[in-house]
Amino acid sequence: MDIRPILSTLHRHKITAWLLILEIALTCGIVCNAVFLINQRLQRMDIPSGIAEHNLLQIKFAYVGDQTDAYAQAQTDLATLQQIAGVQAVALVNQLPLSGHAMSNSGIKLRPHQRQASLEVASYYGQNLLTTLGVRLISGRDFQPDELIDLKSVLPALHGGELKDLPHTVIVAQAVAVRLWPDQSALGKTIYFGNDIPMQVVGVSAPLARPNMLQMGAQNSIVFPIRLTAAEGGSYVIRTNPRDREQVLKSALAALKRLDPNRVVLEQRTYDELRQDHFQDDRAMAGILVGVIAALLLVTALGIAGLASFWVGQRRRTIGVRRALGATRANILHYFQTENFVLATIGITLGMLLAYGINLFLMLHYELPRLPAIYFPMGAITLWVIGQLAVLGPALRAGAVPPVVATRSV
Amino acid sequence: MFAYYLDLALRSLKRNRVLTTLMVLALALGIGATITTLTVLRLLSGDPLPQKSAQLFYPQIDPNSKDGYLEGQTKPDLTMAYPDAMALMHAKRGTRQAAMAMTQAKIMPDKAHARPFFSDAVMTTADFFAMFDAPFQYGSGWSEADDESGAELVVIAGFLNDKLFGGTNSVGKTIRVGDHDLRIVGVLKPWSPQPRFYTQGMGSRSYGDGDAVFLPLRTARAMEMGPQDTECYAAVEDFRHLETAPCEWLGVWVELNNEGAVAGYKQFLDGYVKQQIAIGRFVRPDTSLLDLMSLMREQQVVPDDVRLQADLAFGFLLICVVNTVGLLLAKCLRRSQEIGVRRALGATRKEIFSQFMVEAGMVGLAGGVLGLAFAELGLLGIRHQPAQYASLAHLDLSMFAFTFVVALVASLIAGLLPAWRASVLAPAPQLKAA
Repeated sequence: MDIRPILSTLHRHKITAWLLILEIALTCGIVCNAVFLINQRLQRMDIPSGIAEHNLLQIKFAYVGDQTDAYAQAQTDLATLQQIAGVQAVALVNQLPLSGHAMSNSGIKLRPHQRQASLEVASYYGQNLLTTLGVRLISGRDFQPDELIDLKSVLPALHGGELKDLPHTVIVAQAVAVRLWPDQSALGKTIYFGNDIPMQVVGVSAPLARPNMLQMGAQNSIVFPIRLTAAEGGSYVIRTNPRDREQVLKSALAALKRLDPNRVVLEQRTYDELRQDHFQDDRAMAGILVGVIAALLLVTALGIAGLASFWVGQRRRTIGVRRALGATRANILHYFQTENFVLATIGITLGMLLAYGINLFLMLHYELPRLPAIYFPMGAITLWVIGQLAVLGPALRAGAVPPVVATRSV
Repeated sequence: MFAYYLDLALRSLKRNRVLTTLMVLALALGIGATITTLTVLRLLSGDPLPQKSAQLFYPQIDPNSKDGYLEGQTKPDLTMAYPDAMALMHAKRGTRQAAMAMTQAKIMPDKAHARPFFSDAVMTTADFFAMFDAPFQYGSGWSEADDESGAELVVIAGFLNDKLFGGTNSVGKTIRVGDHDLRIVGVLKPWSPQPRFYTQGMGSRSYGDGDAVFLPLRTARAMEMGPQDTECYAAVEDFRHLETAPCEWLGVWVELNNEGAVAGYKQFLDGYVKQQIAIGRFVRPDTSLLDLMSLMREQQVVPDDVRLQADLAFGFLLICVVNTVGLLLAKCLRRSQEIGVRRALGATRKEIFSQFMVEAGMVGLAGGVLGLAFAELGLLGIRHQPAQYASLAHLDLSMFAFTFVVALVASLIAGLLPAWRASVLAPAPQLKAA
């Protein structure tokens, strides 16, 4: 179809045409970025934790400070929990992946006297941690029972430099091994913590996500052979069959309360709930963005339809004349469709520039990454489709204008 | 004349119901989104103590080592170590001063069978209440002498008083916190400034309910209550004796009533740090003394998501306004003939312009009313969000009025171009075409 008549018609309706183009451009720019933002959120929410998520339960008591019998209590608690029907494994750990609160982070140095740490990692510790969480070892070995050291003796030793009261071994997650020793095996390597305290890598585990600060490397974690107690902020983690979770949680709480009724429970939840909690802000934001996109596209479609039907109404006579001169209904229909396509294309082109500009603004103010190129063609296709759908109604009505209109005065 | 335009506008709006509905709906959506996000933004970036915020200052110093220090770029830490906080307290260079840290209090209700529970608590010093204008329902705060002696007393929030004592005057009664019986000396009226400015950098929430328990710093420490957040700048031997450990965990606020006092305090603070450098305790000379609102901005208390939503809503409103311009223009061009007739009968350009502006304004008002409904709906949605501030999101009277201002301004801006186009139409051709 020849678009020259369309262009000359549009030339006579400059303001309305430009308004339509402007609206399409703005919508294109905003929608591209909004979809990108949603995608960012979804990607974040999709981060694998590396643990047997559906099998795990967490029970956490309020921090109560130093207690002399806390270690004996912890062992009693663990033994009691192990007895409960349906419990496959029990651990007492300092933190859990994606739980939002980090109790412990460490800087790893590759050489003593290094001024800046080579890598900031989340440090996990606790009794029976890898087995209970279901983190596989890729190479090396798990900790031996005699390697485990109590946290209460680790803390003073750490600052006093008393090496014999400190762990000598460590298990690193795969991401850490790859990052620190890209071409070699991590096993047997020595890394340094704090005041140049050496520890030897005895195992490399499958991926294990951090509790928070995912932007620092979501899978940068290490495991120390350290025991802690609930009094020092540890959580009981129970591994069970997903079907039995409710029942096991109830029995476990009851059993622990029987042992000490004065404890204040801070958390009692499945790991799935923990994960859900951690990403609730992201989920809410994604929901809002979906709403905004839907409303924007709706408003734009309504605007296009409104203007198109105005043009159809205004050109009834011209249409009648064209029909009288032999134009078919399809010709008229295509005319309006092509007109919309031309306007949409100009709008989309400007919209792409705008999308890029908005993305630059977001990168500057909200530390977002660059908009991937794929969003541009996707945005263009969406707006072309919406434009065509919105113009279809008015265009069909235009096609239905009978030729006899040409002979009437109004 | 205005009444006549109003009548004309109503008629015209009625004639094109679909187009009118479209315009109102689009405008209302844009306004609803904008007002919703602005309400949240205002809530989160508001002044927590409007009557006092300009007089409250937050001194900061930097005890960290030379490692990683970039002169002029490294910012001092948010909290300070005990000796420094106490040095500032005892110097008494402000009209008032208070040191504070957030903690958790384990409260044992008196009644049999009642379970112990944890509440947010503040360990602080005597001036806290007067300095932050915390209003008392019963009793009062404590004295400096109580601070020094570590008296076993406590001020509780109204909601805790309601919970434990049914709202009666509980001054003089005791409450069991941890393993100690503390004498209640004061009960606060509801008080929870938003954002919770005095919790910055201390590991507590920035928004939400107020704290339940306020107790003297020394008393709390004697009861082994620890701060929520501790940051150490050197190797620590013993975490239990935080008073002597090289760890920062206290925030200090000072009240300074005029510019001279602020300049004087800054000088004093710089002097204090120089003195510490001279005795070899410190190496970094930077200090900072921000007022309350500057500190909130510096700390970027408002979450990124909220600012992003507000930006988005403005973009959305812009699209809705462009949309309204297009539709209004379509409507007024369609009435070219009517305009021609009115012009021929003696209406001036100004009158035509006013007539269309009135019409645009009516669209705006309708959009405002509907937008208000959308905003209420949006805020209802916000209140169901998991964020800390969610329950606070309500439309207040000023936002209510502001909605109509936004609606009118948006629609009048949208109406400018169509009204101008209508007023410059030459009447003759229109009449001929008719």
